[in-house]
Amino acid sequence: MAKKSSSKAERDAKTQAKIEALAGDIVKRALSGRDPAVEIPTRTKSNTIWNKKRGILEMGDGTAERPLFDLKTAKQFMQTMLHASTIQDLIAAGKTSSLRGVFYKAKHTVAGTKENTFDTQDESDPILEDLEVLLAALREELHIFAENRGAMVGNITIVDKGDEIDCRRMGSGGYAMPSIVEPDIIQFKKSEAKFVLHVEKGTVWNRFNEDRFWEKHNCILTHGAGQPPRGCRRLLQRLHQELKLPIICVLDNDPWGHYIYSVIKQGSISLAFESSRLAIPEAKFLGIRAKDYRQCGLDEAVKIDLTDNDIKRAKEIAAYPWFEGHKGWQKEIDAMLSNGFKMEVESLITKDISYVSETYVPERLKAKDWLE
Amino acid sequence: MESAVKERKPKSDAARRGATAEEMSARQKEVSVSEFFVKNRHLLGFDNPRKALLTTVKEAVDNSLDACEEGGILPDIAVVIEDLDPKRPATAKSSRYRVTVIDNGPGIVRKQVENIFGRLLYGSKFHRLKMSRGQQGIGISAAGMNGLITTGRPMVIHTKPSQKQPAHLIELAMNTKTNRAEVTLDKETKDFPPERFRSLSAGTKQLSQEGVFLSPAAFPTGTSVSIELDGKYQKGRGSVDEFLELTAIANPHARIVFVPPSRITQDEADDLLPGTSSAAAEEGKSAAPAQTSETGGVVVFPRGVQELPPETKEIQPHPKGIELGILLQMIKDYEASEKGSLYEFLQERFCRVSPATASKFCGAIGVTSRTKCADIEPPQVERLFKVFEEEKLAPPPTDCLAPIGVRQLLAGMLKGVKAEFYAASTRDAAVYRGRPFQIEAAIAFGGDLPGDQPARVIRFANRVPLLFQQSACSSFKAVEETPWKNYAMQQPRGSLPVGPLVVMIHMASVWVPFTSESKEAIADYDEIRKEMKLALMECGRKLGTYLRKRQKMRRESERRDVFERYIGEISKALNAITGEDAKRIYGALLEQARRKTAVADQELDEDGKVRRQEEADSDDEGVIIVESAIPRLEAAAPVSAPVFEEPVRKPAPEAKPAGPAIRTKKDIDAGKPGSRPAKPSKKGFEDDDPRLF
Repeated sequence: MAKKSSSKAERDAKTQAKIEALAGDIVKRALSGRDPAVEIPTRTKSNTIWNKKRGILEMGDGTAERPLFDLKTAKQFMQTMLHASTIQDLIAAGKTSSLRGVFYKAKHTVAGTKENTFDTQDESDPILEDLEVLLAALREELHIFAENRGAMVGNITIVDKGDEIDCRRMGSGGYAMPSIVEPDIIQFKKSEAKFVLHVEKGTVWNRFNEDRFWEKHNCILTHGAGQPPRGCRRLLQRLHQELKLPIICVLDNDPWGHYIYSVIKQGSISLAFESSRLAIPEAKFLGIRAKDYRQCGLDEAVKIDLTDNDIKRAKEIAAYPWFEGHKGWQKEIDAMLSNGFKMEVESLITKDISYVSETYVPERLKAKDWLE
Repeated sequence: MESAVKERKPKSDAARRGATAEEMSARQKEVSVSEFFVKNRHLLGFDNPRKALLTTVKEAVDNSLDACEEGGILPDIAVVIEDLDPKRPATAKSSRYRVTVIDNGPGIVRKQVENIFGRLLYGSKFHRLKMSRGQQGIGISAAGMNGLITTGRPMVIHTKPSQKQPAHLIELAMNTKTNRAEVTLDKETKDFPPERFRSLSAGTKQLSQEGVFLSPAAFPTGTSVSIELDGKYQKGRGSVDEFLELTAIANPHARIVFVPPSRITQDEADDLLPGTSSAAAEEGKSAAPAQTSETGGVVVFPRGVQELPPETKEIQPHPKGIELGILLQMIKDYEASEKGSLYEFLQERFCRVSPATASKFCGAIGVTSRTKCADIEPPQVERLFKVFEEEKLAPPPTDCLAPIGVRQLLAGMLKGVKAEFYAASTRDAAVYRGRPFQIEAAIAFGGDLPGDQPARVIRFANRVPLLFQQSACSSFKAVEETPWKNYAMQQPRGSLPVGPLVVMIHMASVWVPFTSESKEAIADYDEIRKEMKLALMECGRKLGTYLRKRQKMRRESERRDVFERYIGEISKALNAITGEDAKRIYGALLEQARRKTAVADQELDEDGKVRRQEEADSDDEGVIIVESAIPRLEAAAPVSAPVFEEPVRKPAPEAKPAGPAIRTKKDIDAGKPGSRPAKPSKKGFEDDDPRLF
């Protein structure tokens, strides 16, 4: 315990030193008459590298300069400095804050004007991500967390900040996955589970939980409320790496579902710098598959027409380098496009209320019928 | 078919038409010029009562100015309009007025009075190539004739050609049949300038007492003309007021006093052109020269410069551009009067033909220098005409022209139009049809001028304002054809530019080609229009440079505001992290910001004060910028505006407070009130700067 807190203190000291170095450099530039600017690694597709060997996305070494004396970046520069200072305060006080909390802490009227330093949280969040990459520090190292999102139940007992939590006894709500799930906060104590079933959203998760799917099939059941947040992804990765559990995803049959799988599997563009902590290249896509409409004999009513945007998005996803050479995925996306419609997981309810948990998933698991 | 119809015509009809040559000749007789003009008064500018009043004033004033300048006298002119029917009903469309124009010119010798005032097409100006306001000798006699026709009253003329002799008082009416004047009163009088005008109104009484209105000392010689006419006095576009204002702009050497009628026709509003109503009248007022003063209704346009325009010389025609028919006629005339050789003719009757050039011309058509004009055959004249065209010749002498000049143009515009930017240019003399002419243009931009309307074009020919038939005028077309878009102005395709702009064009020439006798529009010769466009483009380029510079400065200043706004926040954040003194960081960053946006300062140092034409450099450029007239920029810098609404921000200690009327360029560009520091302080901020603490 003592060792942990000292390592935490060490980490905080390291982060503080990084922030001081950043600010010190700006001060030095200012006093010596050089252009104050920060060099921020770019979080764009063009600066994202597909590491085929590791099967994850990585951030390239492309950077963008953010000078103070440029109309386009002046305000962002100021915001970067403000947030750096806010984070420094948080670390010094030994407290953590939500993204929204940090936004409010730094939001005020610029002296002598009616302009706000930040108008919306949408302006604030990317600046914090900038600082993460700029300082090469994790979000938790910056003492910032996101809202809890996603839930977990199953045959596992964990310790969260010293509290033992038995995920078999979580009632209907499940264990809310926090945004920071690093080993110093959460440890896995005891688990019999053989795999993790990750579903897209809460409604489907409820179905599986009510049917005690995890009990029958000895697994852990999670959802990420749509696009899974970092906490959820990190926890899945830890379950996968530390407990060697396969991660099996049940997502919608639409470009959004495909994208969620892609993010879980190899990481996202905007968080490419975190891929090695988040990505699970061995994650499996169980369904819903394009073939299921016919194979499961689904009702006509479940079809939702693909919009132009869906088609565009599907083609983009098909062109991702990590899908491009994958025959199975090319076939899957083609099949969806030639269907001309998409399906949600809930569409299986048209067969029977528990068709998904009692028939569909068990059959596919048994047949090992999934995409990788 | 046609012949069939003819055949069926009754014989009696043919008989009735069959007038013999003798019968016809009995009805054929000379039409006197005056008779012609009685029927065609509109050609001379007497179409309606309002215009008649203006034309009467205009002709008399033009004559007075010409006379004074020719006599080498600085013009002092009084224009008095008396309302002779002040009790008329409010609905009356017109009234009877007496227009009197009194000048301090050299006067007119007694025996010439009838000829000058009583005959059309009689004058000193028609037969010569010399720059003057009047040209044909129609104007004043036509005005008198118009008065006679509408009121039956003769013209009353006082003239005093000699300081020692008494003045002549003559009343004359023109006999329209004979084109001769009939004198109804002819006596000598000591009453010059006529005494009664001095006690006409409270204003004239006061000015007379001050000795600035018709004081006998100022009028040792001179002429006074009174014409009664049916007219209508009204302000606004095309009014006597506008005419005198513009005349004052183009003739800064003249002093003009205007006594308007005591009562103005009441139906002003109905009669004004649509859309010009009170706004136009208002504009006319605001456009009045700043120095113009008004005393009890009497308007005094003071003398701006003490020098007369340079005396202009009479010139011979230039070989370039003369027409073949005229050349033939000239040779014939010379042959009749001088019986000289072609060689002599060329030198005597043309300008810019030296003996060498004359021999060259003679050689070119195969005659010697002794060949008599009588022996020149028409085909040779035709060849000569071609040689004229091909030969390179110096342009006609320009001392026959008296352009207003860039300096005076700017002074006139500055006086007459409230704007922020003025530019003027005078072109070199050019030639159309063998006559030299010179184009000048001036523009005024911004200030109080209305921004959403087409530009106002004010036109002058030989310093005389042209008030009507704008769209028929060559100058108007030149303004339309100038590519204003290149100069950062808006311009709908093929029409006037839109924006706060006044365009002035002046044509000086020994013979201005008007489209009609009423002298309202300049005829559209290619050479003239080209020169006008070139002059306008010169001004336009200066305007474009100015506008772009202004825009750039505005952008820079906006940038600076953005930077300065954030620097305080940044300094505080950096101070919190590093502990480095916030003021020190702030000062360093502020200095950098100012260096980055230095353009705003440079301009401020150069142009931070009103530039008058006295400054040598502004004269070179033909540009004046009046900073005080630059309007507060409404939407120019919306982001920065809120900064300075906050009362907490104090100016830097060592900054000089800007004057109330003249704002610095930086302030102007950023749309700030005039209280900001004019220059960045070296320290950059005060201890209690709210951005820091």
